[in-house]
Amino acid sequence: MKLFTNGSAMSVEDIPVVDFEFFARSIAEAVKSGASIVALFAVPDYGKGAARTAAELTALPTNAATEKRARLFAFLGLPTKGMIGGIAADIGSAFPSLTPKIPQAHMFEREIFENTGIVPVGHPWLKPVRKIFDYDFYSLEGGQTHEVAVGPVHAGVIEPGHFRFQCYGEEVEHLEIALGYQHRGIEKALAGGPDIRTIHFMETSAGDTTIGHATAYAMLIEALTSTQPDARAEAVRGIALELERMANHIGDLGALAGDVGYLPTKSFCGRLRGEVLNLTAEICGNRFGRGIVQPGGVGFDIDEKMATSIAARLQKIVKDTDEAVGLLWDSPSVLARFERTGMLKKETALELGLVGPAARACGIERDVRSDYPSGIYKYAAIPVATYPSGDVYARAMVRMLEYQRSASAILDVLAALPAGNTGKPASRALPARSVALSLVEGWRGKICHCAITDNRGAFLYYKIVDPSFHNWPGLAYALRGQQISDFPLCNKSFNLSYCGFDL
Amino acid sequence: MIKALRSRLHQGYKTNAFPAENPRLPERYPGAPRLETERCTVCGACKAICPTSAISVQSGEPAGAEPRLALDLGRCIFCRKCETACPEGAIAFTGSFRMGARAKAGLVLGSVPHVSSTRTSRLDVSNDAHKAVSTGAGNQALNSEETRLIEALDRKMLKIFGRAMKIRQVSAGGCNACEADVNVLETIGFDLSRFGISITASPRHADAIIVTGPVSKNMELALRKTYEAMPSPKLVIAVGACAISGGIYRGLPDVCGGADAVIPIDLYIPGCPPHPMTILNALLELLDRVPRKN
Ligand code: SF4
Ligand code: SF4
Repeated sequence: MKLFTNGSAMSVEDIPVVDFEFFARSIAEAVKSGASIVALFAVPDYGKGAARTAAELTALPTNAATEKRARLFAFLGLPTKGMIGGIAADIGSAFPSLTPKIPQAHMFEREIFENTGIVPVGHPWLKPVRKIFDYDFYSLEGGQTHEVAVGPVHAGVIEPGHFRFQCYGEEVEHLEIALGYQHRGIEKALAGGPDIRTIHFMETSAGDTTIGHATAYAMLIEALTSTQPDARAEAVRGIALELERMANHIGDLGALAGDVGYLPTKSFCGRLRGEVLNLTAEICGNRFGRGIVQPGGVGFDIDEKMATSIAARLQKIVKDTDEAVGLLWDSPSVLARFERTGMLKKETALELGLVGPAARACGIERDVRSDYPSGIYKYAAIPVATYPSGDVYARAMVRMLEYQRSASAILDVLAALPAGNTGKPASRALPARSVALSLVEGWRGKICHCAITDNRGAFLYYKIVDPSFHNWPGLAYALRGQQISDFPLCNKSFNLSYCGFDL
Repeated sequence: MIKALRSRLHQGYKTNAFPAENPRLPERYPGAPRLETERCTVCGACKAICPTSAISVQSGEPAGAEPRLALDLGRCIFCRKCETACPEGAIAFTGSFRMGARAKAGLVLGSVPHVSSTRTSRLDVSNDAHKAVSTGAGNQALNSEETRLIEALDRKMLKIFGRAMKIRQVSAGGCNACEADVNVLETIGFDLSRFGISITASPRHADAIIVTGPVSKNMELALRKTYEAMPSPKLVIAVGACAISGGIYRGLPDVCGGADAVIPIDLYIPGCPPHPMTILNALLELLDRVPRKN
């Protein structure tokens, strides 16, 4: 396995290509010792593709039976080492599925099958990922059982997705989540780039995670072009990323209160979330941070005056939010609904490869900001917030701790903004036949971007792994044995992205 | 309970005073762009850099006219790259949140208005859009000179929807930022329901749908079915560049390139995403609820 740090680029030949058995064994061993899969994908026609020189292409075997159709890349996060490991294997039209031994591979393998037609043989759950019209649901048979179908159009202002509940009375035995309604084809559109649209595709992969995805992209381009953004630019990015986390966590706490009918916190937090978004808009004019992160630096500076005003407004927001959220913990009816609802065991969360607050609420101490620090997180250590109980209460608690810690991190950075400038745009000319990978702790968890360039230095393959890709199965598990009426509350406690998953 | 009451007191009254007064928006908020046609040399620097092909050069209309620049607010994602690229300073962002039109053509700045027509709405809207943006409403209080941007519904429709309108939102392939800024209208800061407008859970109860997103191929059927499930008369409102034209996703094979490819649209609200004030203002103008003093 090739080991490298977060936000590194290397020649694609540096990723060792091994035989499949060794590949599978290496991943299994790494996962056993605490590693997690950050990306697993197949680049089709790799041998024929532009990643090879013309001379090598003519020397390829022509026998269809032995022809390797794709190269399978696996990237693993090794948190104890603070490193990422990369390994690859060439495969034909099928390969033995990793999922039976490594459950967290399951969504990745389904995606490989859907995108390339290459079959992970022995996969226990080989269903579509984004092809909604082909979906075939499991169903439960028996006199007392019934099925409830919800979506794609939901009751609130929410993204589309389809949920199919198999119930025994009021109790959910099994929930299946069929996504893909938001599929726009972003990854496909990225191939051949980067071009003038690329950064906007990143910013809209998941609009509520504009800064997270744009930062992952910028880090990757900077790695490929050996550009080091100025400390000041990194400070602005860090502030924007933490503001994004705060806004969403505060909004979620309000929405959780709303879902159990506790209106004071709901309405206070609804407004306070907006106040945080307005701070982001002070920086760049857009409430979601469009245009802040640019490969090479940032598009907007925070001057002295703005820093002071943002700090003052932020302190007021935190004070008001602490008060609003504090009401939740004082209200027995809220606690009764939060506690022991949507429980997820730590072992299940680990097996499924959950990330972000959902994982930390199961007591898993994983956070990209401290495991694979980059940017401001190399200097400003933000304590990882965990809570052991794995229920809605824990997911709310982790969010509260996180917005508070984000706020103090922002205030620290604002108080000592490094001198320097906001950087200049990184070149779009990328080195040929290279690979780069970046990880960012978005507000929902680990965001992974990975790019492989072709002979001309254009993207041959661009992989985006939104945290929701890991976490949707977690929600399905949390619902098992729950009352179906608890679904909205459980769903909100995860608050996963449809568009980030669907891309 | 006492605590909840005490914090209710602390948190205070936070609903903004619109439409009596315009709220203060951030200094860097771009708002509607303005084309200074006299300054423009049609060099094409802006056109080359625009990620959504929102800028085009119109020529030969009316016959023999000089080529001139046109900027389609329906495609624009407000990235301001054209403003930076223009060597002549011919594109400026005015900070005005008032944007929107009843017809798609009304979103194109700088297009030459046709002269001969008996039907007024479409053309007037196009004309007005240009004028209104040129006056640069800014963040000051509304003034009597300001041109109405969006033509209100006709009297019959106003009678039906003017005092109460229920909206069903359908999210169809966007990035969820438009949804977020529609959602925020229900918070106490904007308090949509004080205007009699509210979001409803079922299309059967809805007077209007707000569509966001370019309409992914996977949502096409669901959007059409939602529309069909609504009782008539009904309105459709496209919120955001995606829903108007496909936005940044225009031309991708997995999307329809805008909601009007699937259902007819009555109101277009530009932005990526539109500021909540833009959405609120457009809804109120449609319902003739923005006071016009003169
Ligand atoms: S601001 Fe609008 S018109 Fe200008 S470059 Fe960006 S998308 Fe194009
Ligand atoms: S218009 Fe912009 S903000 Fe709205 S859904 Fe599309 S990409 Fe997102």
